[in-house]
Amino acid sequence: MHQIQTPIGDEVIRSLKVGDSVTLSGTMVTGRDAAHKWMIETFIKQTRPAQGDDLQVHEELKKLLNGSVIYHCGPVVTGKSLQEYRFIAAGPTTSIREEPYQADVMKHFNIKGVIGKGGMGAKTLKGCEETPGVYFHAIGGAASFLAQTVTKVTGVFKLEFGMPEAMWVIEVKDFPVVVTMDSHGGSQHAVVDEASKKVLNDLLSR
Amino acid sequence: MRDLTNEIVELIRRTSSSLPKDVEDRLRTSIEKEAPGSAARGALETILKNIELSRANSTPICQDTGTPIFYVHYPVGWSTIQLRRQIRAAMEEATKKSYMRPNAVDAIYDKNSGNNLGGDDFPYIHFEEVEGEELTIELMLKGGGCENVGRQYSLPENTLGAGRDLAGVRKVVLDAVQKAQGQGCAPGILGVAIGGDRGSSYIKSKEVLFSEMGTRNDDPKLAALEEQLTKESNELGIGPMGFGGKTTVLDTKITGLSRLPASYFVSVSYMCWAYRRRKMTVKGEEVMYD
Ligand code: SF4
Repeated sequence: MHQIQTPIGDEVIRSLKVGDSVTLSGTMVTGRDAAHKWMIETFIKQTRPAQGDDLQVHEELKKLLNGSVIYHCGPVVTGKSLQEYRFIAAGPTTSIREEPYQADVMKHFNIKGVIGKGGMGAKTLKGCEETPGVYFHAIGGAASFLAQTVTKVTGVFKLEFGMPEAMWVIEVKDFPVVVTMDSHGGSQHAVVDEASKKVLNDLLSR
Repeated sequence: MRDLTNEIVELIRRTSSSLPKDVEDRLRTSIEKEAPGSAARGALETILKNIELSRANSTPICQDTGTPIFYVHYPVGWSTIQLRRQIRAAMEEATKKSYMRPNAVDAIYDKNSGNNLGGDDFPYIHFEEVEGEELTIELMLKGGGCENVGRQYSLPENTLGAGRDLAGVRKVVLDAVQKAQGQGCAPGILGVAIGGDRGSSYIKSKEVLFSEMGTRNDDPKLAALEEQLTKESNELGIGPMGFGGKTTVLDTKITGLSRLPASYFVSVSYMCWAYRRRKMTVKGEEVMYD
């Protein structure tokens, strides 16, 4: 079991291999569909002009995400203000939807880890090699359990996207994950997909 | 007519935070099949801890509290207009209490309503008048991740060598499980409908999920296919979360419906391990929960 603290250095990332169990502690930021689309369009491809507090949030995110982790999660949060916010259910959401965006977002912000479920594709795997970074798989559906590792909510951006889609800045302690894509081109998802495909073909021929 | 709003809030709380025992039991027995120290086993252990914690604290088992699907069977004399109003009021209240995540997003304007009410179809409510004195309300919460990996096939499906018979059905269902990998939060439960049109077929593939784990179709041919599909799906080796392992599918449920001579649809609804379904029964003054 590796215990890792954010921000994460490149040597630590390079030492991680597919199959490693890890617990993460420190600051991370949640972001899912709306957030990724917004980051790409506003700051990376710049196909949409920055509006409202966009530029200010961008500056904050650059500091927060540098060397840190983005979590594909749409939490259930109680409370009405920063002092009151508490995560009560916070498991991962399906990551593959961010496949078109993830590698570019990783490189832009120097993100070292992506947490989600279900794994991601070839483009993100390449992004993991280049940044370098890894994909951490959390246990899908284990929302109450994972929420307990969130010790504090320290900020929230883009609440206008709705509670699940907003970018929540959280502190976690011993958040459990498994490395399923590493920075050396290894992907557990590709391995399982291929092996199960072989079994399927065999079953279909019967 | 009696106001059941509070009782329905309680139904929602139970559904969202307390997994049915039959599902939990299956998950528990699956653990023994996974190798000690494996990621697959670790995933199942975390899932079981999460189930206990959610139940103890009345917090959502999963943060995706899903599409709320209500099936209401009501005796003569109840008003469905009022029942609908009460269900919607209960949904709003349950969202305030954080039993539910705000989950209704306007597809055109991308706006989350914030209260789990969206047009006339969210939550989804199905009414059916029944004989007798008992009113029952069943609720299923169907997550988005697993909904996204559901599939519909129009047979024959030549790429899989699947013809218009049960042998063809077997092939396309196994294909759906392989394509789903761990994306639907495996281990999952399969709801399969054979026949119907595209719409009715998908609806039935969800409806069939309301029955308990292990209950088999009355038709021995379909019962055998249910068993076979569970077994063969597990041979694929996808495992919990797609980590690789022996537990990919916990159970399979199949139903058949009439089709047009021209069509042969097979719809597969994938239900994640967080198979949240609960029932309340109203009989006279008494309200009972399963
Ligand atoms: S598929 Fe089910 S368990 Fe997984 S995140 Fe969605 S609702 Fe939760």
